[in-house]
Amino acid sequence: MSRTLTSIGRTGAAFAALAILLIALWLGAAIGETAIPFSTVAQTVANRLWNAGYPLEPIDEGIIWSYRLSRAVVAASCGAALALSGAVLQSLLRNPLADPYILGISAGASTGAVSIAILGFGAGMLTMPLGAFLGALIAFLLVSVLAVKAGRGTAAIILAGVAGSQLFNALTSFIVTKAATAEQARGIMFWLLGNLSGVRWPDAWLAVPAALVGLAVCLWHARALDAFTFGSEAAASLGISVRRTYLALVGVSAMMTAVMVSIVGSIGFVGLVIPHAARMLVGVRHGVLLPAAALIGAVFMIVADILSRTLIPGQVLPIGVITALVGAPAFALILGQRRARA
Amino acid sequence: MTLSADHVSWSAGGSDILKGVSLAVETGEFLGIIGPNGSGKTSLMSLLAGIRKPRSGAVLLDGTPIGELGRRTVAQRLAFVEQQADTGERITARQAVELGRTPYLGPLSPWSSQDDGIVDAALENVDMAHLAGRFWHTLSGGERQRLHIARALAQEPRILLLDEPTNHLDIGHQISLLDLVQRQDLTVVAALHDLNHAAMFCNRIAVMQGGRLVALGQPRDVLTEARIRDVFGVDVDIEQDSGGICHIRFLTRRSQGRTNVTRPASLSVMGA
Ligand SMILES: Nc1ncnc2c1ncn2[C@@H]1O[C@H](COP(=O)(O)OP(=O)(O)OP(=O)(O)O)[C@@H](O)[C@H]1O
Ligand SMILES: [Mg+2]
Repeated sequence: MSRTLTSIGRTGAAFAALAILLIALWLGAAIGETAIPFSTVAQTVANRLWNAGYPLEPIDEGIIWSYRLSRAVVAASCGAALALSGAVLQSLLRNPLADPYILGISAGASTGAVSIAILGFGAGMLTMPLGAFLGALIAFLLVSVLAVKAGRGTAAIILAGVAGSQLFNALTSFIVTKAATAEQARGIMFWLLGNLSGVRWPDAWLAVPAALVGLAVCLWHARALDAFTFGSEAAASLGISVRRTYLALVGVSAMMTAVMVSIVGSIGFVGLVIPHAARMLVGVRHGVLLPAAALIGAVFMIVADILSRTLIPGQVLPIGVITALVGAPAFALILGQRRARA
Repeated sequence: MTLSADHVSWSAGGSDILKGVSLAVETGEFLGIIGPNGSGKTSLMSLLAGIRKPRSGAVLLDGTPIGELGRRTVAQRLAFVEQQADTGERITARQAVELGRTPYLGPLSPWSSQDDGIVDAALENVDMAHLAGRFWHTLSGGERQRLHIARALAQEPRILLLDEPTNHLDIGHQISLLDLVQRQDLTVVAALHDLNHAAMFCNRIAVMQGGRLVALGQPRDVLTEARIRDVFGVDVDIEQDSGGICHIRFLTRRSQGRTNVTRPASLSVMGA
């Protein structure tokens, strides 16, 4: 990092990243069951943002603006947030298998969100994410306690995560079965698989700030995360206040996961696989790794969303299905490579 | 720049591990800590580094309790090389040493060419410059250990705490590393297992036994046949050369008792 990335190079990289993201969003808006020309996408955006006044089919404009673009923006935020959470958790816990899904944070967030939605502690735009955040934190606490009791090692954390996920998924099912109407239950089950249908602009106004704040907090701690390379005691002896870093980063990961879960449900493999892909591409220094992971995660989710809408004509697959179909083999590949190296 | 422990005690897992240890590290000295496995060397070092908090007593860095100084301030004055610290990350040798600059860099401050210079010098210092681009997992245990030292040097501390720094090193690198550490203009506290090395390199030696400091002083006063028998349970012969350096020869049962000479080696080991 020190030598390869001068400040000019860094500015260039940032612009390139932004360009890639915009292109992906553009694709997300243009591709679908009815293909809409790229120029129409650009004109719609111009109409909506700057009142450019291009004459367009109201239907096309409606599909692009209210449906596809908001969806693509949420998908991008979600991918970036999950990838960031995964990258941060992996580095902090020094565990290549850590991610919000595996550690049960997503499951806890689901339980929290479902409790709010069904048991209804004042439903509203913000109460569901708040419930999810509480659920996520409780899940992480529980899993941490379990992991410490089980002996701290890499495997212990993962096993504790599996146990935690099972517990919270069971709790969610219990709440749904006990309290939800049949129609509510069907909706919730579909949402739990990870689903972007029904996502509109108000969701984006929650997802985008969550992802941006998350990115900023993570980047602020990039050097601290580097210092965890040799463990938390080594980080402490390099001048990092370990507890504060833990609190900030676990907190912001739980926040991002919770917001995304409350909007699109819990989506696996993105937080696990994308950070590894980013490491292979740009290396392990967090100053570069974190933005790279966020970008790759965002683009990946946009593409996964396009696939989920177009793979089966007339049907929309839950996006969680796509991420698992791509993520599981990718993960197997990564495991194989790590083994070859060890 | 002073570092001292004042009646520090520490317990973990329900048992007392350090019991009222007091010692003052003198500026510029090379202080060795010796003692059998589990005697509390690592525990004492991590208390001295401020990574763990004493249950009672205090560790003072420049007269202030180390817990009251910020972690970053401590890290600028004092570097700690752990007994074992490893990583599964694909980090290069150079990047591992660059971590040593962490205490000087804020979240927004850029990496400078001055930092590069310090890292280069540290790599050069431990004779690892030629392997700077290699990945961590491809390096030998000794090479990794030298990088840890280089990382500590890149921290530009005035006190260096080393927990068994010669672990994994061949005898040539053991001597050259201790020599290198001694040549730095630094105060050094090192936990060592090799008593001859301790005798050769240390100005003073602290002896730990069962969580207590049982002796502290110059090698020739501390390293006595009686004490080594008492602390380590081995019999030794100690000679002093003309330079005043102790040489310790370890005696097996066989070399002491002539009655054993005719027994087969394997039996005498089992009987020992
Ligand atoms: N976190 C802990 N919890 C419980 N016991 C501990 C903990 N840390 C150390 N101990 C115990 O304290 C004792 C002293 O440990 P320490 O690591 O300080 O010994 P040491 O002198 O460095 O040994 P070695 O020569 O093997 O490195 C040991 O019996 C060890 O098992
Ligand atoms: Mg030790």
